[in-house]
Amino acid sequence: MALKKSRTEMPVQDPEVRKSNFDEVALGYTEEMALEEASRCLNCKKPFCVDGCPVSVRIPEFIKLITEKKYQEAINVVKSTNSLPAVCGRVCPQELQCESKCILGRRGEPVAIGRLERFVADWEMEHGNAEVPEIKPNGKKVAIVGAGPAGLTCAGDLARLGYDVTIFESLHEPGGVLIYGIPEFRLPKDIVRREVDYVKSLGVKIETSFIIGRTMTIEELFDNGFEAVFIGSGAGLPMFMRIPGENLNGVYSANEYLTRINLMKAYKFPEFDTPIVSGKKVAVVGAGNVAMDAVRCALRLGAEKAMIVYRRGREEMPARAEEIHHAEEEGVEFHLLTNPVQILGDEKGWVKGMECIRMELGEPDKSGRRRPVPIQGSEFVMDVDTVIMALGTSPNPILVQTTDGLDAHKWGGLITQSEAGRTTKSRVWAGGDAVTGSATVILAMGAGKAAAKNIHEYLESGKTDW
Amino acid sequence: MNEILKKRVLTPVTKEIVVSAPRIARKAQPGQFVILRVSEEGERIPLTIADFDREEGTVTLVYQEVGYTTRLLGKLETNDSIMDLAGPLGLPAELPEKGRVVAVGGGVGVAPLLPKCKELHRRGIELISIIGARSSDLVILEDEMRACSNELHICTDDGSRGFKGFVSDKLKQMFETGLNPDEVDEVIAIGPIPMMKATCAVTKEFGVKTWVSMNPIMVDGTGMCGACRVTVGGETKFACVDGPMFDGHLVDWDEAWRRANSYREQEHIANERCRCGGEH
Repeated sequence: MALKKSRTEMPVQDPEVRKSNFDEVALGYTEEMALEEASRCLNCKKPFCVDGCPVSVRIPEFIKLITEKKYQEAINVVKSTNSLPAVCGRVCPQELQCESKCILGRRGEPVAIGRLERFVADWEMEHGNAEVPEIKPNGKKVAIVGAGPAGLTCAGDLARLGYDVTIFESLHEPGGVLIYGIPEFRLPKDIVRREVDYVKSLGVKIETSFIIGRTMTIEELFDNGFEAVFIGSGAGLPMFMRIPGENLNGVYSANEYLTRINLMKAYKFPEFDTPIVSGKKVAVVGAGNVAMDAVRCALRLGAEKAMIVYRRGREEMPARAEEIHHAEEEGVEFHLLTNPVQILGDEKGWVKGMECIRMELGEPDKSGRRRPVPIQGSEFVMDVDTVIMALGTSPNPILVQTTDGLDAHKWGGLITQSEAGRTTKSRVWAGGDAVTGSATVILAMGAGKAAAKNIHEYLESGKTDW
Repeated sequence: MNEILKKRVLTPVTKEIVVSAPRIARKAQPGQFVILRVSEEGERIPLTIADFDREEGTVTLVYQEVGYTTRLLGKLETNDSIMDLAGPLGLPAELPEKGRVVAVGGGVGVAPLLPKCKELHRRGIELISIIGARSSDLVILEDEMRACSNELHICTDDGSRGFKGFVSDKLKQMFETGLNPDEVDEVIAIGPIPMMKATCAVTKEFGVKTWVSMNPIMVDGTGMCGACRVTVGGETKFACVDGPMFDGHLVDWDEAWRRANSYREQEHIANERCRCGGEH
């Protein structure tokens, strides 16, 4: 059989239809599509794709099981190293990870690993009974701060090893950014809940509305018999530009905008109680995944013009390729090499415009991307009524403020002393955005996994030197 | 968890509930608040902790039924539970160890003022309190305030009780007629934004340091969303993690007022539904 150079397309909702609903955009493979795509995998002896995966999913192995129609076995293989496959199949930047290493990518398109991962995860939800591995309790208690991707992964791995794990979550619902940040149309919340339920089925306890640092300190966790603590508290603090007009009514942080919509379901107001004011002409400042999520939400909330405003160029946009593509299909406008200077308000203090300046790219900066430089005299006013700042986030200071010996960098990220996430405080590990600042779900999961392994090694060793 | 143990009607629109919340009571300090949610569809709202009892494991909350969520909360009775209750949040109030303090409370703002007054009283501080409301039937927590104050003055806008006028007017009158501003270490003013603004105008004139407690719109209450931005001394602060207490002379009051009214239209829609009996 001749090898197909191009991958099997995944059906999506029509852009014209989907831009006014919150239903999932990408519809997933049918069984036929999955079989067709799985058959493209060469099952390499030395699979580079696995090296590209932060949680080392045994990719060729699960894909081979798909070709044999052994879907339950396939998902079991995925889940043995990845507690959140239905999430990862949807939100991982595979083009930069596993798929970027696929040998087929040299001559054509790489195997659509993410879509296949999603297929087996969804297959299990529909047909299978999530199989819970046999666990032998070891009687040791570990506390996890934050029920996001890092915390859930760390918890799942430790529970499988027999630990008595409790996750403490500050919001009323577990999931972290998967619940409050990523919109329904990209990651349905039912799927997040089922993944959380799976982690619970491993014996993990989750305490919601429980703020470590306020309701209980890390020191008190140790007093309560926990032998190790993993901090996966994310990067909760939104950044602003510090330009005039940022506190006008109608200016949101992307965190607030998305939390109102996703966690609080403001898009269903007044059926749900939390309101949102999203205008007809919405500018989202930034071009990462969060910015794409926000701008596509704005469309769905009735914006006639939904715009990305970004100070660098197209090549520099940090969002996943698929998100940018989907946003373009839905009619989002991209105002690149454009940077806000101030936000203008009307007499009642609501946003009525945004003054911007045009930029050009200069020499590369520290990040290796070409530095944007303002073009003098190129200021102009954009006609907008809502502005959403999606500039990234920094870690929440509550834990550092309330924990002696837990040190952070000046910008807020927790200082770690090893790849495994040991912090400056004994028996406290950390990983994910709390350490790196805003990054991706899968990197946070990788960090949670590495920490779980190291926590296990440390507690197994019986050492008390740290 | 979060069971309502006692409920007291303070005025036709103000209620006090004592809630079983041992974890929060154990850590609560004057000045801190909780975030609560009353139903699956509910919004998250902040309420300042009006009192706490570590032994009993309770926190006391006082609220005015002005918005949709506080109305729903008002429908909960003894033995009902609050769905989600998180806290204690915010920085504890920095209270002086000695000296003389004037506490000024307007409307339901007397409730968050009370735990600070109790703590000041415990520390042996001389406390002069001024509390007020629109009319006499809306004055709350008078006995509790009297118990911890050396002097208590009551004001009503309509003159139906005590001094006729705003609490800020009363404070001004006191400064003008005998209370030496130099002998007042600080003023703590809590209440609606116009009341705190007016009080700060008076204390600025007389040069007395003034703390206020901001109660802006919040979603998570832990620093995540930035809805609670307040400009203080030209800098943007998050009331939930940098406050809620700020130097009242540095707060941008007009911005705070504007932001507090961001969802007025939506509140109207929600309240209409509440009145029509549109239950969840």
